[in-house]
Amino acid sequence: MAKFQGVDYYNTENLLSEDEILVRNTVREFVDDNVLPVIEKHNRAGTFPMHLVKQMAELGLFGATLPAKYGCAELNNVAYGLMMEELERGDSGIRSFASVQSALVMYPIFTFGSEEQKDYWLPKLASGTAIGCFGLTEPDFGSNPGGMITRAEKKDGGFLLNGAKMWITNGTLADVAVVWAKLDGEIFGFLVEKGTKGFSAPEMTGKHSLRASVTSELVFEDCFIPEKNLLPKSEGLKSPLMCLSQARYGIAWGAIGAAMACYDAALQYAKSRVQFDKPIASFQMTQEKLVHMVTEITKAQLLCLQLGRLKDQNKAKFTQISLAKRNNVYHALEIARMAREILGANGILDEYPVMRHSANLESVKTYEGTHEMHTLIIGEDITGIAAFN
Amino acid sequence: MNILVFVNHVPDTETKVKVGADGKTIDPAGINYMLSPYDEFAVEEGLKLREKFTGEVTVASLGGDANKETLRKALAMGCNKAVLLKDASVRDSFAVARSLADFAKELSPDIILFGKQSIDYDNGQVGSLVAEILSMPSISVVVKLEINDGAIVAEREIEGGHEVVCSTLPAVVMAQKGLNQPRYPSLKGIMDAKRKVIEERAASFVESKVEVLSMRKPPAKNPGKIVGTDVSAVPELVRLLHEEAKVI
Ligand SMILES: Cc1cc2nc3c(=O)[nH]c(=O)nc-3n(C[C@H](O)[C@H](O)[C@H](O)COP(=O)(O)OP(=O)(O)OC[C@H]3O[C@@H](n4cnc5c(N)ncnc54)[C@H](O)[C@@H]3O)c2cc1C
Ligand SMILES: Cc1cc2nc3c(=O)[nH]c(=O)nc-3n(C[C@H](O)[C@H](O)[C@H](O)COP(=O)(O)OP(=O)(O)OC[C@H]3O[C@@H](n4cnc5c(N)ncnc54)[C@H](O)[C@@H]3O)c2cc1C
Repeated sequence: MAKFQGVDYYNTENLLSEDEILVRNTVREFVDDNVLPVIEKHNRAGTFPMHLVKQMAELGLFGATLPAKYGCAELNNVAYGLMMEELERGDSGIRSFASVQSALVMYPIFTFGSEEQKDYWLPKLASGTAIGCFGLTEPDFGSNPGGMITRAEKKDGGFLLNGAKMWITNGTLADVAVVWAKLDGEIFGFLVEKGTKGFSAPEMTGKHSLRASVTSELVFEDCFIPEKNLLPKSEGLKSPLMCLSQARYGIAWGAIGAAMACYDAALQYAKSRVQFDKPIASFQMTQEKLVHMVTEITKAQLLCLQLGRLKDQNKAKFTQISLAKRNNVYHALEIARMAREILGANGILDEYPVMRHSANLESVKTYEGTHEMHTLIIGEDITGIAAFN
Repeated sequence: MNILVFVNHVPDTETKVKVGADGKTIDPAGINYMLSPYDEFAVEEGLKLREKFTGEVTVASLGGDANKETLRKALAMGCNKAVLLKDASVRDSFAVARSLADFAKELSPDIILFGKQSIDYDNGQVGSLVAEILSMPSISVVVKLEINDGAIVAEREIEGGHEVVCSTLPAVVMAQKGLNQPRYPSLKGIMDAKRKVIEERAASFVESKVEVLSMRKPPAKNPGKIVGTDVSAVPELVRLLHEEAKVI
């Protein structure tokens, strides 16, 4: 396949600054050179390409919007989004790794952590010498995390943690887990370090989706957490939800990347595949699919760009982030499936990226708030009526 | 070490170039530009020399405002300073080299690095011309460079093999693919580069000695012809290659 040249039907490039473009181009090159050549192999084996962590850290992909004093790049939100877009053009699993490390681990430590916690963990996480994970979801509480069972109990010098988390990205790899648990009925964040007695993180197997990403259970059995590992400024369900808003923002951009990879593959294929003596791109039904794809990609790009500009002015509402996550992932999955159709039988092979993206996007549609939950969040916002229960 | 790297801003290798309305320049519409790939090896080598010897890497480019994008990338890779030698005229290699040499003289660098050629016009002259104008040794198509106590040992790519040469600083060195693996600009580097000021000054005026009269694309290839799909087609194929294509 020819090298990816970007999809820009509406000259959105003109709306980007020189440094935003340079960030995007750099990550694009990194993905072309380092992710694409190995990703199918890892997807097949169900492994995360660990060797990329050091390179990603050197590039500055972790915690990229956080302050330079922790070794971070201090990007604006648009540059951060473009970076996520390119990473997910490679694979949703690679983008997930960066999302978890940045939005779900470094962000809560930065926002809710003590100075000591920030100084200790942020440079390690930025440089990739430590990996983090975020434990909110439980076997019985997914869309409704407020009902969580995991509990912390006050003890001399710290807390005793009991419970279990499930579906935790990077759990088995993590040096530190940001774990949400109830203390006297209120939700708080705790930093649980690898090797803590009573803490284990077995990997979950059998996934048909996000195979190049590690997903784990976290189990806590009378696990002692020292006082200093409580995130002091966290309180209530609002704290983990603030983290999710950060991550969802990145996902909204990431989905465009996966969609662009599928569109690009389908367009190239349609122009070269001949049936009935003509390229299949010459048939109206194929054109309709391709036009639908480029239209939805263009709309998603404009949506994210405006959302990013709002976020840079601290004006982005979480409901607006929900709208972008919901819309972009929905259409990315639709585009992946359409691309698969255009590729015919070839579409199911891992010689092409579309089936992998399609399978990945099934997870992306569910995690960080399911498509339905985002519908209800926006529904409540515009009608004033909550329809969750 | 005072290191000077000259870089050019060229159409992306994947771009389809069109000849402009005047028939002698390329139409810049819809073209993505990039740091010329051989120049990227030169930038990387400059940064590696600084890591070894300390000092400063200055990167400079002659051209319009658009060249700042390429200078910005070189800054993001880690160069200390960037200078735009502003000029909007159409120049031949000599006129470019002369202005670059004027600038280099002022900076008196220990080493001047170029790519072995710029991938737009492929003249491959500028580095050697600058060396000549400044009376410096000139080493082209370099795939390995070692510097110790002011002495250079360089490996050059030659037809069918490598050649090892030595010389002394200051010198002009022109990079070939294989010299190194250019680093990616880090995101932090990009943000630092954003805060740096690109110095702008007018390029010295020099008259060209060679003028471009016209530019054209290679003639379009005629579509291929399938003579047959099995052995029975061979006699006809031979006849056509002999009588029509006249290649055998
Ligand atoms: C690969 C992967 C990685 C993940 N990584 C993490 C991680 O790192 N950290 C973490 O904490 N979690 C993670 N998750 C968990 C993810 O956030 C949850 O799967 C998600 O929140 C949905 O929860 P659930 O799977 O329990 O589904 P459920 O909540 O059981 O939902 C099942 C279905 O019911 C629908 N539904 C539920 N409630 C309503 C309602 N009120 N009205 C209408 N429909 C409703 C949902 O939309 C969904 O379609 C990950 C998941 C996956 C697949
Ligand atoms: C797992 C698997 C098992 C299979 N097993 C068998 C088997 O046992 N025996 C066998 O013979 N075959 C088998 N096939 C092949 C299968 O029947 C073909 O894949 C199918 O007929 C489509 O052909 P294609 O893949 O070459 O796609 P193409 O014909 O190249 O079509 C590509 C795309 O173009 C569209 N298209 C093509 N022509 C037009 C047109 N005129 N107008 C509009 N759209 C058009 C198609 O709908 C499709 O979206 C198998 C395929 C798979 C995936």
